[in-house]
Amino acid sequence: MKKTLIALLLCAATLPAQAALDPAPVRQLAAEDSSAKVAAIRQLTQTADPDAVRVLKAMAEDSLFLAGDKVVIIDGEQAFDATSGEAIKMPANPESPTVNNRIRGELASALAALKLFDADVGVRLASAQKLQSQVTPEMAPLLARALEKESDAQIKALLTLAHAQANLANTDPAARLEAVKALAETSSPTIKSVLLPLTEKAGEPDDKVRYEAIAAVKAIDSRLAIAENVGRAFSGLSLGSILLLGALGLAITYGVMGIINMAHGELLMVGAYATYGMQSLFRAFAPDYIDWYLPAAIPVAFFAAALVGVVMERTVIRWLYGRTLETLLATWGLSLVLIQSARVLFGAQNVEVSNPSWMSGGIEVMPNLILPWNRIIIVGFAMFVLFLVWVLMNKTRLGMFVRAVTQNRAMAGCVGVPTARIDTMAFALGAGIAGLGGVALSQISNVGPDMGQGYIVDSFMVVVVGGVGQLAGAVWAALGLGIFSKLLEGWAGAVIAKISILVCIIIFIQKRPQGIFALKGRFVE
Amino acid sequence: MRKPLTLRILSALDTKSWLALGVFLALALLVVPVLHLNFPEDSAFHVSTYAITLIGKIMCYALVAVAMDLIWGYGGILSLGHGLFFALGGYAFGMYLMRQIGRDGSYGADLPDFMVFLDWKELPWFWLGSDSFGWASFLVLAVPAVVAFVFGYFAFRSRIKGVYFSIITQALTYAAMLLFFRNETGFGGNNGFTDFKRVLGYSITSPETRLVLFGLTAVMLAATLVFAAWLVKSKFGRVLTAIRDAESRVMFIGYNPLWYKLTIWVISAVLCGIAGALYVPQVGIINPSEMSPGNSIEIAIWVAVGGRGTLIGPIIGAFVVNLAKSWFTVSFPEYWLFFLGLLFIVVTLMLPQGLVGLWKKLMAKKEGAAA
Amino acid sequence: MILETTLDDRPEGSDGADQMGHFVTGELDLSHGVALYLEDITVSFDGFKALNNLNLAIDAGELRCIIGPNGAGKTTMMDVITGKTRPDSGKAYFGQTIDLTRLTEPEIAHVGIGRKFQKPTIFEQHTVFENLELAMKTDKRVWKSLMAWLAGDERDKIAETLRLIRLDKEADRPAGLLSHGQKQWLEIGMLLMQEPKLLLLDEPVAGMTDDETMRTAELFVSLAGKHSLVVVEHDMAFVEKLGGLVTVLHEGSVLAEGDLATVQNDQRVIEVYLGR
Repeated sequence: MKKTLIALLLCAATLPAQAALDPAPVRQLAAEDSSAKVAAIRQLTQTADPDAVRVLKAMAEDSLFLAGDKVVIIDGEQAFDATSGEAIKMPANPESPTVNNRIRGELASALAALKLFDADVGVRLASAQKLQSQVTPEMAPLLARALEKESDAQIKALLTLAHAQANLANTDPAARLEAVKALAETSSPTIKSVLLPLTEKAGEPDDKVRYEAIAAVKAIDSRLAIAENVGRAFSGLSLGSILLLGALGLAITYGVMGIINMAHGELLMVGAYATYGMQSLFRAFAPDYIDWYLPAAIPVAFFAAALVGVVMERTVIRWLYGRTLETLLATWGLSLVLIQSARVLFGAQNVEVSNPSWMSGGIEVMPNLILPWNRIIIVGFAMFVLFLVWVLMNKTRLGMFVRAVTQNRAMAGCVGVPTARIDTMAFALGAGIAGLGGVALSQISNVGPDMGQGYIVDSFMVVVVGGVGQLAGAVWAALGLGIFSKLLEGWAGAVIAKISILVCIIIFIQKRPQGIFALKGRFVE
Repeated sequence: MRKPLTLRILSALDTKSWLALGVFLALALLVVPVLHLNFPEDSAFHVSTYAITLIGKIMCYALVAVAMDLIWGYGGILSLGHGLFFALGGYAFGMYLMRQIGRDGSYGADLPDFMVFLDWKELPWFWLGSDSFGWASFLVLAVPAVVAFVFGYFAFRSRIKGVYFSIITQALTYAAMLLFFRNETGFGGNNGFTDFKRVLGYSITSPETRLVLFGLTAVMLAATLVFAAWLVKSKFGRVLTAIRDAESRVMFIGYNPLWYKLTIWVISAVLCGIAGALYVPQVGIINPSEMSPGNSIEIAIWVAVGGRGTLIGPIIGAFVVNLAKSWFTVSFPEYWLFFLGLLFIVVTLMLPQGLVGLWKKLMAKKEGAAA
Repeated sequence: MILETTLDDRPEGSDGADQMGHFVTGELDLSHGVALYLEDITVSFDGFKALNNLNLAIDAGELRCIIGPNGAGKTTMMDVITGKTRPDSGKAYFGQTIDLTRLTEPEIAHVGIGRKFQKPTIFEQHTVFENLELAMKTDKRVWKSLMAWLAGDERDKIAETLRLIRLDKEADRPAGLLSHGQKQWLEIGMLLMQEPKLLLLDEPVAGMTDDETMRTAELFVSLAGKHSLVVVEHDMAFVEKLGGLVTVLHEGSVLAEGDLATVQNDQRVIEVYLGR
């Protein structure tokens, strides 16, 4: 019965569009029984007729009525015959058929399916994407026809998948096998769950298909695992980029002055609050250009943090040269003052910094692997800053002086390098880079007075692992630690990951007390 | 033995210091209890429970400060992780106090409340024997000692020193804090241990128990002071300061700095553990925030304020900073961090020898003026 | 010039390596008259060869001077002997049996090698007396130090050394307050307190007055015979005063060896010192 109906419908569909719909299913739309309605909706969907779209849409919008024996569509003051689409005179007392949630869901997916035949490529693509998660076996012929007509490669690929999913319930084992094979190529968790019932005897009587299904699930699983790990590695990479921005500054100041700045994390905080400040300014004075607040924040954050750094260096750190342990304490004191200042100025609560619109969304590499734009941009930004620092250190006079002071302060002073000024500038540079790290950090995590504290231990670890005053060491250590900790987090949870990383570092220090890139020679004490 | 040890210990302090110590103990063991128990609360002579708890707590901190001074002031090794050893001692004794609650917890169960809450059916293995006072006291000494020994052995063996060592100790206490924050670790997670009822069967809140704990802390502090004075006056102490000033020279005259550093490191850790064990019953709570890096670094500032490399300095520092803290956090809570931060800066910049150094300088000036 | 060795009869009551529980070292054996023996020692720092197949033998009781231009490897050689730097290849033996490349710095000090640094390193916060006390040959383990108490004979020994280095009036002053020359002397005094069999002295008279330099030379000459000495020095007058063999190091290996006059007339040595 069903088959003949479908055949009939297919014939009907080939008729010119203005031809009327089959009146039987249209009438059935207003039936008492919900199941009858569903059947009618599905039947109409199979026609892929623009008229069917019109009727189903009307039903979804509650403008389909039953007047006597006729199904009519009432649009404001006008009434149309549902079957033919002809205008008729307003019926006396139209009855509205009940449309419950089940029917609504059915209508929504039917309308979505029918969009596959829309003239607009964009609409078809959207529809095909939407369909992926709600394919029912009944859609198989519809999808087959849509597939036939489709010319766009991307939509075609999506339709093939949907068709294969619909075909999994095909009575013909050969068709099912074909479908399973097609689905094995994918890497989406929903398709995996669709395939799973077929791996059991109860769900799939045919051995061949079942084995194929088992193989397919395995293949999907391994691809899923890869995607998951790639995703973790990528978020590790972006964490590493932020660590790098934090550690670069530390590595420079440690290398040049031999001091570790415990307030370095607070310089990150200064950068993040500078970003917040720029966002507020744009919101207040240039709301139309709000997306540009972030590029504008970069120089502001750099100079704000650098300024704080210079003040710190001139007022405190300068007077503690050679007393490295006490510098730890004094800079810790500075960090407390900075944190409390932030609390007084901006409140103890986190402030909200939102991504500009061009940073939202991401690149879909695999169905379950989306690389968010904000993280991609952060990685790129960190690489860019790294490049600038490299140029600065290796190609400019300032860089040469900084390297000279790092290697031998006394000798550099003797040959006329203004060591005191170099110290200030190196410190400002390190602080500024931390400020840039703050800009990046504001885009992926909370901005609050305590935010620097969370990153400072990690940044120190980067410096410890990377080695004293070694840019290359800092880069490898930052990226390595970032990726390693995110991967570990995926397997063991955040806390265990953090602890095991710290334990690993302590063990690592045993083997290489001076870090990966150790200085050697008679000057090493 | 050319001279009996007792005599040598006696000569660790001069007569004046012995007298001062005696006065201190008389105050703590006689005067305070009498004033607390025999005068009504509205009397001018009454010493309040609040005061006893506060002073008791600060004496524990002073003990930690002396321990810190041994390693930093005399050994030249700045630990930013001493809060860990303090907390370990506190947790070790806290386990015993938790077991002493018995069935008086809010669930009325044999297990401590937080275990019932986690739906645990029996005590984890490391809680075994925690109902015994003796075992708990042993753990108070042993756990910090073992942790310090293992960590110190590896760190000193690979000659990690200076800021590197400081940073690693900070990471160590940070890692431990994260570990103790987890419920699964088995030490009460976030909340730690609290709501203690008894110690050795006596109510923990009764005035008598408080006074005993107070007195015990005072005695421990005094004993530590004598021990430390003997230690730094011994040849061991001289080798230690020699390592601080010129480690390679010490090696080339045949001392192995590893064992010297390790010894003082473990002694310091154990003293912190004892302080923690005395602290927990008096304050009534121990939780992982005691291990936060900020807490550990604050210990260093007590020592710096008082004057490192002297033994009385850390005690003065612990009292000055913590009295200031309890005053500030009541009167001007928002300014406490400013004060503390500035204290760090001002002391390192202007008072490298601390208050004791300042006092000595002033005295020298006075003498100079008089002469 | 093998001297009659008096070194292998160990002084009474000396605590050797065997008493130092954790030190695994052999007995010092000078039976063949060689105190220090370096063979094919090579040390490189990032490709730069600080020592290049260095061979050197010091006889028991000998006083040897090492000279050479800057960067010749003199200090690195001392670092290798005292265990501060491990050679990449080669052998370093103290006497017949003690392999120096396997020992740590304190162990090497304990088997009887003392070292004076180029820059005087003394304990500036300690008094002169305490500096000598710390250096004194004794059991240097932690427990012994905790329980240590100076005996009368030990005080006498320190007093004797104080007189020898002419610092008896400064005994209770902090060492940091001494003049540069006095610090050099104090460090030499500390070396003597260690009672080493072999003394390594890196530029011992730098910063001393001529008078002090001559007195130092006399002291070293008087020590030779009982001890072996290796002196690195630039001051040729001082080297001349010491007498004994001179070894010239250049680019990490031995360039020439002989008495001072021979070495000074060696064409290669002149080239090295005067430049090509």
